[in-house]
Amino acid sequence: MGPLIPNGIITGDWNFVIAILVGIAFGFILEASGFSSSRNIAGVFYGYNFVVLRVFFTAVIVAMVGLLYFDYFGWINLSQIFILPTFWPAMLLGGVIMGFGFLMGGFCPGTSFTAISIGKIDGLVFTVGLYLGIFIFSESFPLFKGFYNSGNLGHVTLTDVTGINAAWFAFAFVIIALAAFWVTMLIEKKVRKKITEYKF
Amino acid sequence: MNTQTKNNYKPNYINPYLGGVLLGLLVLLTVYITGRGLGASGAVKSTVVTTADAISPTLAKANAYMGKFISGDRSPMYNWLVFESLGIFFGGLLSGIIFRRIRKPWVEHSPKITSKTRLIFALLGGIFFGAGSQFGRGCTSGAALSGSATFALGGVIVMLTIFGTGYAVAWFFRKLWI
Repeated sequence: MGPLIPNGIITGDWNFVIAILVGIAFGFILEASGFSSSRNIAGVFYGYNFVVLRVFFTAVIVAMVGLLYFDYFGWINLSQIFILPTFWPAMLLGGVIMGFGFLMGGFCPGTSFTAISIGKIDGLVFTVGLYLGIFIFSESFPLFKGFYNSGNLGHVTLTDVTGINAAWFAFAFVIIALAAFWVTMLIEKKVRKKITEYKF
Repeated sequence: MNTQTKNNYKPNYINPYLGGVLLGLLVLLTVYITGRGLGASGAVKSTVVTTADAISPTLAKANAYMGKFISGDRSPMYNWLVFESLGIFFGGLLSGIIFRRIRKPWVEHSPKITSKTRLIFALLGGIFFGAGSQFGRGCTSGAALSGSATFALGGVIVMLTIFGTGYAVAWFFRKLWI
């Protein structure tokens, strides 16, 4: 029963081999979907290209529903998987800062790595920026250490917080995603008629 | 002979819904095997800690943040996300070769801005994203995608604030893109 490595079904020796293989698949999917281009990514905020929304939402609902099925068939023990801990004040601020970074840079960390792969200098410069940003954060950490650790709710899921079954969240996400796919398709058609400086 | 010029070059991307299904299955498989999802910013953090430790070990260990990630026996580069991110680069390269998108180094930008403007904002964007990912305990891959997919409250918070902020400030940065 999964997860395989934590349960010793695959030994930890394979961990880094698996890491590289997972990374290759991840990078391939990102590049093949068009995420090695900042102009494709930024399109989601201006209505001329919703590829980010399509890939991201589809991935979230496939993984969510998949996990529920794996749990239902008894293939995975959900209590053993890593749940990101919630520090809500720092996460709210972090999300806002990343939102600004997204609009200025047009990449997120994973996508910038694939931009470097195909020869984009702007991807490389973005990655240098990531390095500097994390360095600046580390050096100034004492200033906001208290804030960084505040509001710790622990490793909580949506179900832990609301008491609502995870399946309902998955269902809601599917409905929202389908609605978003349809609405953005209409928006994209309209916006693309007016945009001339971007090749599709 | 190839008569395709740079201007009418049309990139042949895969269908986005297919990309999404593959990415979702990859998150599922990764969680099934390792018990955790994907990530990207963690590898840059390991690089920051490693270089700081190499340049000045005492200062790095004394740093309240970086000190947490330094252990005596192993380099911080000996980390799952570092190997995975190396894979991301090679996966991108593989796709670039297959779909013929690899070119000599160049700067992609809207025709309305210069390369210099693009690079300045790429650097600024990286700095913001890097710092923000530390507050958020992960970026779009680790927190927003893998976090939300595993129903983590924090993942959903990060996802909504990244995209919510993006839409809220898009107007101010429009000249960079459209």
